[in-house]
Amino acid sequence: MESIINRRTFLKAGAAAGGGLMVGVYLSEFESEVSAAGSFEPNVWVKIGSDDRVRIMLTQLEMGQGVMTSMPMLVAEELDLDWNKITTEWAGADSRYGNPGFGGQQLTAGSNSVRGYWKLLREAGATARAMLVTAAAQTWNVPESSCATDKGVVIHQASGRRLTYGALVDKAAALPVPQKVTLREPKAFKLLGQSPARLDIPAKVDGSAEFGMDVKLPNMLIARVVRCPVFGGKVRSFNGDKAKAVAGVRHVVQISTGVAVVADNYFAASRGAQALEVTWDEGPMAKISGADISKQFAEKAQQPGVVARNDGNVEASLKTAAKTFERVFEVPYLAHACMEPMNCTADVRSDRCDVWAPTQGQTPTHLAAIAASGLPPQAVKVHTTYMGGGFGRRGEADFVTDAVETSKAVGRPVKVIWTREDDLQHDFYRPQTYVRMWAALDASGNPVAWMQRIVQPSLLKRVSPQGLEPTKGIDFISVDGAATLPYAIPNLRVEYTEFDPGIPYGFWRSVGNSVNGYVTEAFFDEVAAAGGKDPYELRRQLLAKHPRHKAVLELVAEKAGWSQPPARGRFRGIAVHEAFGTIVGLVTEISVNSTGAVRAHKITCAVDCGWVIHPDTIKGQMEGGLIYGLTAALKGDITITNGRVTQRNFNDYQILRHNESPQVDVYIVPSTEEPGGIGEPSTAALAGSLANAVFAATGKRIYKMPIRPDQLRSTA
Amino acid sequence: MLQYILSKEETLVMILIVNDKRHDVDVSPETPLLWVIRDTLGLTGTKFGCGIAQCGACTVHVDGTPIRSCITAVSGVAGKKITTIEGLSPNASHALQLAWIAEQVPQCGYCQSGQLMSAAALLTKNPKPTDQDIDNAMSGNICRCGTYQRIRRAIHRAAGERRG
Repeated sequence: MESIINRRTFLKAGAAAGGGLMVGVYLSEFESEVSAAGSFEPNVWVKIGSDDRVRIMLTQLEMGQGVMTSMPMLVAEELDLDWNKITTEWAGADSRYGNPGFGGQQLTAGSNSVRGYWKLLREAGATARAMLVTAAAQTWNVPESSCATDKGVVIHQASGRRLTYGALVDKAAALPVPQKVTLREPKAFKLLGQSPARLDIPAKVDGSAEFGMDVKLPNMLIARVVRCPVFGGKVRSFNGDKAKAVAGVRHVVQISTGVAVVADNYFAASRGAQALEVTWDEGPMAKISGADISKQFAEKAQQPGVVARNDGNVEASLKTAAKTFERVFEVPYLAHACMEPMNCTADVRSDRCDVWAPTQGQTPTHLAAIAASGLPPQAVKVHTTYMGGGFGRRGEADFVTDAVETSKAVGRPVKVIWTREDDLQHDFYRPQTYVRMWAALDASGNPVAWMQRIVQPSLLKRVSPQGLEPTKGIDFISVDGAATLPYAIPNLRVEYTEFDPGIPYGFWRSVGNSVNGYVTEAFFDEVAAAGGKDPYELRRQLLAKHPRHKAVLELVAEKAGWSQPPARGRFRGIAVHEAFGTIVGLVTEISVNSTGAVRAHKITCAVDCGWVIHPDTIKGQMEGGLIYGLTAALKGDITITNGRVTQRNFNDYQILRHNESPQVDVYIVPSTEEPGGIGEPSTAALAGSLANAVFAATGKRIYKMPIRPDQLRSTA
Repeated sequence: MLQYILSKEETLVMILIVNDKRHDVDVSPETPLLWVIRDTLGLTGTKFGCGIAQCGACTVHVDGTPIRSCITAVSGVAGKKITTIEGLSPNASHALQLAWIAEQVPQCGYCQSGQLMSAAALLTKNPKPTDQDIDNAMSGNICRCGTYQRIRRAIHRAAGERRG
């Protein structure tokens, strides 16, 4: 592998990406220590001090997916560092660190950390290594090719002479940055493919990890924001007298998202919020309920959508085939329900604004704070913290707006804390979606036509200022995992119809795939059964031209013992789905009791995510993503009554618990392909395998999520 | 145990014993213990997750028993021995904390203080818990990242090492 890189490339890419939003670089403790003693900084990612300490910059934010460890590993591999000697430091909002996968925004989302940065970070490491080797070779007056590196040392192999990187910093810093570097072949990796202990974990077992919720500033007040329960509603009037009468309440101020009750501590803010009197203008959504929304979805699905994929002639095939059938699938709105409720701390002064946010995006946080403070970009500084879960929710910046507006209004640092009720009732939900599926089989039972029509709000519109215009009406996020169906079916069409009932929606772990992974794999199982085919064998057969999919499917079947019947009372479903460049195969084993309750006992998971950085993180993300998907499939349902969310807290928006949690066994397919994402793909694959297991257990197909006991009870 | 003292201003002040340290706190008696721990004492390892004792993120020990501090009025625990994650061990050396690292349990980490406090109370009462015992003791603690399997392994590991 060869690539061209230099300092100018980094800077140019940064400037283009940030749209002029670059903020000053912040001088860290490390920075001030090593700059005094001499250092080598060939690019924005890595800095080596004369004391051999190495600092690697982090821009991807940690929410449990392991980026704080995996991203520096990419640099350390090519630079041949001693892993135990690295330190890491978070970049603030700084366009030089923008994600190439997101047009230069600093955003940790879309399973796009490794995919977005692997090349850049490896090149950063390789560039630094090449310069250190040159410096050593010049010192010894030997050819560069006679020098090797290992754990932070350049070694002249013939003579055994050694120089640590720290001893070479001054000389290396004076060298030109090379134009070309060669990256290692995956088979030569030393660190990548190992699982060093995650760097964030020690602070997460003794209470010392700082989450946004834990930020503390001198003179800081705590606020709760009282919001209109109806989406789109506004404050008509409010009376803060009773709230202010609560001991500890200092201010009651209207902000764009509601009325903020600002107090000395959370309990006072909370009691003040309860005492606050607000009259709302609830707006037109107050007349809308779930049944109206579902009806509208069904109506929209009667008309053809915009064609996203069209192979062969589906219409002709559906007319002439030996057997045809149609099914309707429905999935509900879902909340993210991060363990840490939304929060943000802001300190707005006349000439500057500091924001501390548990966020997935420095860029959206920065933009929201600039807008809410009215200050120029360079006066707004973003500090990031650990996140208590993200799952797409923390790519939004509504909580940043809350804190900046409130701090600005009261003239003191303010931390806004959302309640769990705020969190569940004011989310950007995984959108409700309505899907029609058609299939045609020939006389031998082989599928000859497949058609999918997806009716969903446009996720693309949430991120693309031009909306669906550039794609001529196709939302490639909504059809992700549908238009990419890997099965060899000669006549195949996927259509998309945009419909937004007005409920806020957004990016929920695995996004469009959260719908399409379920729908396509559940429907495929039914297609196989309708043709009298084994669901595993038919998948294998139709994946002949997709060897990676086929290998994943075969591995999961082998590991789960698919060829042998499960234990008495146990039933299995299989699924394979690609999302974010990663292929996941699942066999989910369940039982269904006499009340119709589904219990998942064991999930076998095979994953091909390309060459591997940190295997244990991949396993952790598979495990966690499956539990997230299982919670959704068995329990997840946000319903709308009179324009507001019916569910309030974890008592009625339930999360899978210890006693309901299956064993998960993960097997990673060895691969030298480019890396895929790992945070989301397993979530997308779960519901299909589960629905197929439910069919095996009960003979009932699942067309509507979540799977409820009353759907299955009568067969018990 | 003494629960209140009189302050210099002659108001009643509560005595809290948190992690073996005495704190005299002047807060309204119905304040949930969680917010006294976090806002008044500045110990932020104990987390707010739901406010209605449904998630377990706020779990602390009162006289060795795990309780949900988000619904426990501070007045009810005055004078009692309260332990938070910060007081579980010096230097994160509790067998469970070591096992949590060995099994690489936490993902986001937000629920893990509560998970550890529930697990610690379990092992004190039952040094060698079965899977069923773990289910019974731990099902009040939600982990949204789905680390349940690793938590189970870590509890078994800690239990094994204690006996070994």
